[in-house]
Amino acid sequence: MPKVTIDNHEIEVPEGTTILQAARMIGGDIVPPAMCYYTKLEGSGGYCRTCIVKVTKGSEKDPRPIPKPVVSCRTTVMDGMVVENTTSEELLKARRGVVEFLLINHPLDCPICDQAGECDLQDLSYAHGLASTRYKFRRRTFEKIDIGKLIKLHMTRCILCYRCVKVADQITNNRVHGVLNRGDVAEISTYISNVIENDFSGNMIDVCPVGALTDRTFRFKSRVWFTKPIDAHRECSKCCGRVALWMKGDEILRVTARKNEYHEVEEWICNECRFESKDKNKWIIEGPRHITRKSVISQNHYENIDLSKLQIEVTRQIKAQGGKDIKEHSSRVQFEEKSMKALEMAQNSKR
Amino acid sequence: MLTNRSKVVVDKKMTFSERIYLPAIIGGLFITIKHFFKKKATIDYPKVTREMSGVYRGQHVLKVDENGAERCVACGLCAVACPAEAITMTGAERKPGEEKLYREEKYAAVYEINMLRCIYCGLCEDACPKEAIFLTDRLVEVSSNRDDMIFGKDKLKEKYFNEVDITKRLTKEVIEFKKDKFHLHNQMD
Repeated sequence: MPKVTIDNHEIEVPEGTTILQAARMIGGDIVPPAMCYYTKLEGSGGYCRTCIVKVTKGSEKDPRPIPKPVVSCRTTVMDGMVVENTTSEELLKARRGVVEFLLINHPLDCPICDQAGECDLQDLSYAHGLASTRYKFRRRTFEKIDIGKLIKLHMTRCILCYRCVKVADQITNNRVHGVLNRGDVAEISTYISNVIENDFSGNMIDVCPVGALTDRTFRFKSRVWFTKPIDAHRECSKCCGRVALWMKGDEILRVTARKNEYHEVEEWICNECRFESKDKNKWIIEGPRHITRKSVISQNHYENIDLSKLQIEVTRQIKAQGGKDIKEHSSRVQFEEKSMKALEMAQNSKR
Repeated sequence: MLTNRSKVVVDKKMTFSERIYLPAIIGGLFITIKHFFKKKATIDYPKVTREMSGVYRGQHVLKVDENGAERCVACGLCAVACPAEAITMTGAERKPGEEKLYREEKYAAVYEINMLRCIYCGLCEDACPKEAIFLTDRLVEVSSNRDDMIFGKDKLKEKYFNEVDITKRLTKEVIEFKKDKFHLHNQMD
């Protein structure tokens, strides 16, 4: 099995793993951002170039560095490869350039956009982008169109990641939309308007990294951070039926698939679950969905802490501290040990 | 002793002038009459109002733009910034033909501020990306009814051609920010 070092973290991965997947196995801040790559979609990735990394050592056999940044979602690891992501200033500068390019035609209408608050591009530009733009020409604009009864396309916001095209290709059996034209005038569209009706077409909304494809039943109803995400499931003949409900009071405003920490859906859901099941009685509620503390949606959001999970996390952190100079961190380690003991006591008392 | 003004009470015999009380009465009247000619401490509110400080934060205003279209897009940033959770809103989509009413494709169909909850901190004004909400130097009308204190768009939105002056709230920095060419793309076509 090839061994790869990403930002000084060494990991052994199976043959044929991409650098991005290896980084995701390590986890944390060193994972390169990805706008077009989607684990569940075959052949995705390689368009947006936000996941570029610097390879300072090609492999054990050929230690020469790769001269230019490579896309980590499409490059497989080699034994002894050394990759720099956040540790390379040069690379971060290159990524800033990529973000600037993505934002050239993207309108800064986050106050209006329904995706704001859970938008990949918003996170990306916040982390890497510039506060202002250097672009002074007219931006590419389109009229909003309804590509289906339930989906609205605002092409102005699209970054041409091709994810929705791949969803239609791989999840549904007939694709009726795609990328028309080429280069600067390329756009996602359908030849016949209002044509998308497939039962799984709603997944296009979930995979869209920006607010280009939006749910017409949720459009402008509420900002995402005023809704409460709740895990729920139901018996569904078409799909798994496991979803996240976005509720305001007793009202279900929106139904989406459950997304993981990289904003990728865990299981595809059908249009019946997504658009037509907005009655609370149709669902079996599991509990509040976990929302990362960094997200704006986590404000006023309360959930149960899983003590066993927290214990694993604390153990991992203490182990990670062990490699560093203990003396400097001794007070912190002591604190963590104390919190570990408190945790054990809490768990014992629970039993 | 708590103060230096306290006097020790002695049971001494009053003099003649003290006994007839007249000098004390005249002295008292003189003090009273003196106040007739002094400047009054009170004003005849509401006919006359005091001058407000430029940074006084009173009743909110929802601004309209130079064409009379509402600036607010119901983005919810004021509500999320509000520490008292006084602001609620419901967004709606602008229909074709309503371009003169609403500046952008989304607008606030309902915009309510609970004036009893509001602490007049001005964070909503800071959070607003569209320069739509400002706190003004107007006092909030009082009411004996709690429901009347939830101000909707009818009370908050300013009338076109009768705009509320907010130039005192627009600081030098805000005006500089507006002039920035880099933000041209934020403007309407």
